[in-house]
Amino acid sequence: MFKVAGYVAFAMLLAGAAFWWITTPERVRENDIAGLAGDAVRGEAAFWAGGCASCHSAPGAEGDERLVLSGGRAFASDFGTFYAPNISPDPVYGIGDWQAADLVNAMRHGTAPGGDHYYPAFPYTSYARASLQDMVDLWAFLQTLPASTVPDTPHEVGFPFSLRRLLGGWKFLFTGPDQVVAGDLPPEAARGRTLAEGLGHCGECHSPRNALGGIDYTRWLAGAPNPSGKGRIPNITPGKLDWSVADLVEYFTSGFTPDYDSAGGEMAEVVQNLAKLPIEDRRAIAAYLKAVPAVE
Amino acid sequence: MKAITKLTLALTLAGGVAGAVSADEAAIKARQGQMKLYAHYLGLLGGMAKGAVPYDADKAGAAAASLAMLTKLDSSRLWPEGSDEMSADGTRALPAMWENGDDVMKKVMALGEAAAGMEMAAGQSLEALQGAMGPLGGACGACHKAYRAPDS
Repeated sequence: MFKVAGYVAFAMLLAGAAFWWITTPERVRENDIAGLAGDAVRGEAAFWAGGCASCHSAPGAEGDERLVLSGGRAFASDFGTFYAPNISPDPVYGIGDWQAADLVNAMRHGTAPGGDHYYPAFPYTSYARASLQDMVDLWAFLQTLPASTVPDTPHEVGFPFSLRRLLGGWKFLFTGPDQVVAGDLPPEAARGRTLAEGLGHCGECHSPRNALGGIDYTRWLAGAPNPSGKGRIPNITPGKLDWSVADLVEYFTSGFTPDYDSAGGEMAEVVQNLAKLPIEDRRAIAAYLKAVPAVE
Repeated sequence: MKAITKLTLALTLAGGVAGAVSADEAAIKARQGQMKLYAHYLGLLGGMAKGAVPYDADKAGAAAASLAMLTKLDSSRLWPEGSDEMSADGTRALPAMWENGDDVMKKVMALGEAAAGMEMAAGQSLEALQGAMGPLGGACGACHKAYRAPDS
């Protein structure tokens, strides 16, 4: 009898320890980035590739206002509404008191400076694939942007999703592979893979998710319902998208589809960002999209 | 006699209602026609920009001039109050368009400028034409981003 209770207690202890271990936020070690110097010019390219402004600028920001990362945009999801925080260099309302390592922890591990988990509405699942150099460069660029004193809006997330500790389990279960499209690709498509699977975080919207919000990597970029509840985000694998490389590059540059309609909604923001990348990078993303496995 | 009056009244009412609907419908169809015309001329310019169609300065210039002309149509006739997606069928124009007249006008002006920029560039060289596609697409997208409902 006591023996059984002992086993049960031991099993519970083990489960508790496993839970604690699994849900403990991961952090980068300071000396992982010690040798890296941030370059703000390269950081600006990382900034546009990552689309930071699309979420972190004020709602409706246009032109240079998109460089003021005051936060405040709302993102509806099945789990609640998330509000993008202020990531401007203000030391009180923004992230002006961070170090480069804090940005690396945020992007690579989804871990906040205080040790909390971030919700994956912040696409660290993808950003984790960016290089440490990209992140350090991005940090250098972010510090050149204007400070904003707009306070953060708390997320509206119901129980149990409000328990951030559980996100450690989410990360454990749903952190994706280092490369989604694995194996050797020609150099241009490989560069596109780095951009599209990493900073570009295309898969965050264009891939379907399971009931707990984990990306379904077997249907990578095969389209998904729009989390806002209206419309669908299209399948951009060769199984559905028959645009030529030239069509894709034009779309990433001017937003014009092959029918000369223009990108709308969130994709219009994405195009604004992509248009600021060197044309070689837009070509690379187009080459990657041609190399992605076709899903019907 | 009375029956005829009633019938006339009914027909008049029905006609009135039908008339009101079709005025908006006509405007919606007309502005979608304007969009199709934009796309038609852009098709040539974009085809050249992408290298799908050989560059021809005269044809490019003519297409760009037509495009610029299209931006000058009187918008008030195309976008009457009540022709938004909540009030009418067959349109994705958000009601917010009519609540933000100043912003819409700003975006319309920006489109005019981008089209004028293309008109200047298209006949000059392929590089100039390619350079003008971005601003033009940006001007189209600015309005679509803010004021067009998602395709469902």
